[in-house]
Amino acid sequence: MTTQTAPPEAPIKQQRRKLDENTLRNLGLVGVLVLLIVVGIITKPDLYSDPTWVKNNFLTILQQASAIGVVTVGMTFVIIGGGIDLSVGAIIALAGVWATTLATQSYGAGGMIFTALVVGIAVGLVNGVLISYGKLVPFIATLAMLVAARGLAAQISGKQTQVSANDFINSLASERLLGIPLLVWILFLVVAAGWVLLNRTTFGRRTVAVGGNPEAARLAGINVKRHTLLLYALSGLCCGIGAIMLTSQATSAQAAMANLYELDAIAAAIIGGTLLSGGRGTIVGALFGVLVFSTITNLFAINNLSTEVQNMVKGAIIVLAVLIQQFRYKSLTQLFKR
Amino acid sequence: MTVPAPRDGAAADASTALKTDETVPAPPDETNGGEGPGDVVLRLTDVVKTFPGVRALDGVQLEVRAGEVHCLLGQNGAGKSTLIKTLAGVHRADGGEITWLGEPFAPATPQAAMRAGIATIYQELDLVDDLSVAENAFLGHEDSKLGFTRRRSTASRTREILARLGHAEIPPRQAVRSLPAAGKQVVSMARALSHEARLIVMDEPSAVLAHDEVENLFRIIRELTAQGIAVIYISHRLEEIREIGDRVTVLKDGRTTAANLPARGTPTRDLVSRMTGRTIEYVFPPRRPAEQRDPLLVVDGLGRTGEFADASLTVAPGEIVGIAGLVGSGRSELLETIFGARTADTGTVTLDGARITSVGRAVRNGMGMAPEERKSQALLLDEPVYKNMTLASFSNFAKVGFTDVAGERKAAEKTADALELRPRDVNRPIRTLSGGNQQKVVVGRWLLEDTKLLLLDEPTRGVDVGARAELYQVIHDLAERGVGVLLVSSEVPEVLGLADRVLVMREGRIIHEAAAGDIDEDAVLDMIMAGSLTTESILEGEPA
Repeated sequence: MTTQTAPPEAPIKQQRRKLDENTLRNLGLVGVLVLLIVVGIITKPDLYSDPTWVKNNFLTILQQASAIGVVTVGMTFVIIGGGIDLSVGAIIALAGVWATTLATQSYGAGGMIFTALVVGIAVGLVNGVLISYGKLVPFIATLAMLVAARGLAAQISGKQTQVSANDFINSLASERLLGIPLLVWILFLVVAAGWVLLNRTTFGRRTVAVGGNPEAARLAGINVKRHTLLLYALSGLCCGIGAIMLTSQATSAQAAMANLYELDAIAAAIIGGTLLSGGRGTIVGALFGVLVFSTITNLFAINNLSTEVQNMVKGAIIVLAVLIQQFRYKSLTQLFKR
Repeated sequence: MTVPAPRDGAAADASTALKTDETVPAPPDETNGGEGPGDVVLRLTDVVKTFPGVRALDGVQLEVRAGEVHCLLGQNGAGKSTLIKTLAGVHRADGGEITWLGEPFAPATPQAAMRAGIATIYQELDLVDDLSVAENAFLGHEDSKLGFTRRRSTASRTREILARLGHAEIPPRQAVRSLPAAGKQVVSMARALSHEARLIVMDEPSAVLAHDEVENLFRIIRELTAQGIAVIYISHRLEEIREIGDRVTVLKDGRTTAANLPARGTPTRDLVSRMTGRTIEYVFPPRRPAEQRDPLLVVDGLGRTGEFADASLTVAPGEIVGIAGLVGSGRSELLETIFGARTADTGTVTLDGARITSVGRAVRNGMGMAPEERKSQALLLDEPVYKNMTLASFSNFAKVGFTDVAGERKAAEKTADALELRPRDVNRPIRTLSGGNQQKVVVGRWLLEDTKLLLLDEPTRGVDVGARAELYQVIHDLAERGVGVLLVSSEVPEVLGLADRVLVMREGRIIHEAAAGDIDEDAVLDMIMAGSLTTESILEGEPA
């Protein structure tokens, strides 16, 4: 100890460099997708021998994943931030119905889109205020919103199906750009924006902090309450976008639309590696989660199997995915305790 | 730099003449606010902080100079945590004066303290596991442009700070989750430096580290102080204070009992004597005559890797055995392993001839436990008192699986009488009871069972003085009834006053065993903290 410049004596032990956990999981999900396609080829070799059908079927899968995919991006943020949003399906119904009333439709496509987005954000803000400032448990607050928002949607629509007469809105589902449906472009845009927001902005970084260690976030000067509020507003915004997309697909909106979307979105996020307790999750994983579900639905459709069987398989997959995740998380934490 | 220690004399004089000028040797440079090494950066004068019912700080004096490592010493409850939280902007002082860099200082929030240049590294590190090293270092004050993080410049700034800390080998983009405890501590320090801290408060930083990692920590601290940063270092380990500290301030019962003692020169005996002899009166029931009986609990060679090793002890029926030791000495882990809540790597636990390997077996064989974390480990806070009372025994009241609420209430009321529970209403939610009365319920739970042996982990934590005396009486009554009691406490006087036999635990080992009457507080504290002078001081200690 004679020199001033002390060289690092005992460097902090590095963990063995393994494949990053997220990459590993995403590879696993790609594997599942490939497996599902192989099952499709085996069960329907005649369909898969037609290249045009294969291409169109692929685009159908993507198009069917588009609206739920957008909602899942918002859900992923909320869950990473330590919350949950059970009201997404109901928000879509309310936004869709509100955007397709005759009065709104009279303002044209711009008015309809604006309405859907504002309704989505507004309902999200109400959720957020109840949770962060009213100190309601997220589960309860959004469960109440699930019931209330669908009720309001039914009230507004008079339980009728409201047909969209707007060509621009309807064209989103039918038109293609560079051979890819516009809805799929929207999905890609939202996923890309979500990825940038989570990984490249202070907002995303603080989301992880708020969900992973709220006390540390508070001590670091982050306004945890306001951030939580913004997360629910973000989820609401995604629902507003999803409402337009679904309306365009069905060329109509009704109070019963987007039924059980909350379950699909939560399941997709979890399968994609988002920790239900918060603090961890990825957008790319969530997208893969959505695609897995959408591919299963497609597989059952081309084999003319009932939706009942499909739901049972879906349930089994969710349980399996969470079991695997828990097992892995446990073994990881045990590793660190040693 | 070992200055020959002035044996006893000088240091002792300086601190006995407390509250006179000598406490704070008036520095001549107070007004110039200069930056030279050795200038006073922080000064606390008569700082007071009161919580409902407790005077946590009752006149604290502290003086910290730039570039020094100032050690804070004191027993649990002496006010160290309150003091650092006051500096960190978590609490606000009620009275007295705090001067920081020559200006009055009263941070309203943790951020204000940070901005002023005071960073605190808490015992439980406040990091976000899933963010990277760089992201954690700059959390809350991210380097960003229009909301987009500037990853490259954040990473390079973090790399610079890590290099300053001598840990350039930690990649800024690595997730904090994958770092060992020592690495996380480096990240906490990097965060402090990212705020341009001029004073870093470290609350028992060595508690989470292995021995070789402590050396690393010291090297970092030396580099920080060489840059003129002041460090307040809290530790219970005297040898660490001797190695890294410059000056020591001792707290007892919220008061400074000795200020600015030289860390290396002051004899251990002097330091320990400033911390002991608490002014709070402990009222212990009179000791009963000891009688020899066959042991009820036999623990033989019990060990768990990394927690404690080779622990052997016995408890006889009606005997109270106390374990004295610091947090992290392995005492709670030992107790939980005896109860079967943790699996032992080596050794055996036998209760009345029956091997104990799980909690189920422990309870069936008549062992009960009141854990350290009363609220999270022992109580259903929103449930009424009687349900909490019968939690371990309600199946005794049940008929064919249906609970017998009336029977439960009656039994609970009887116990409540025995415990002098206040209020005595067993239908109240337990949340509404005071800490002392909640603890009575936790202990009382095992009175309903045919408990032969009771394990108590910090039974009086968060319990006020009056309720303490009652709890002591309850514990004594249990022993009178023939129940064996094994008790863990970090308050040495409590162990000495309550137990018939005392075991001293340090760094996972039982290092001493004595009858409570044959050992005094100084000796126990000395063993717990230093270990070095143990034999000496026991031999020289006042005859009991």
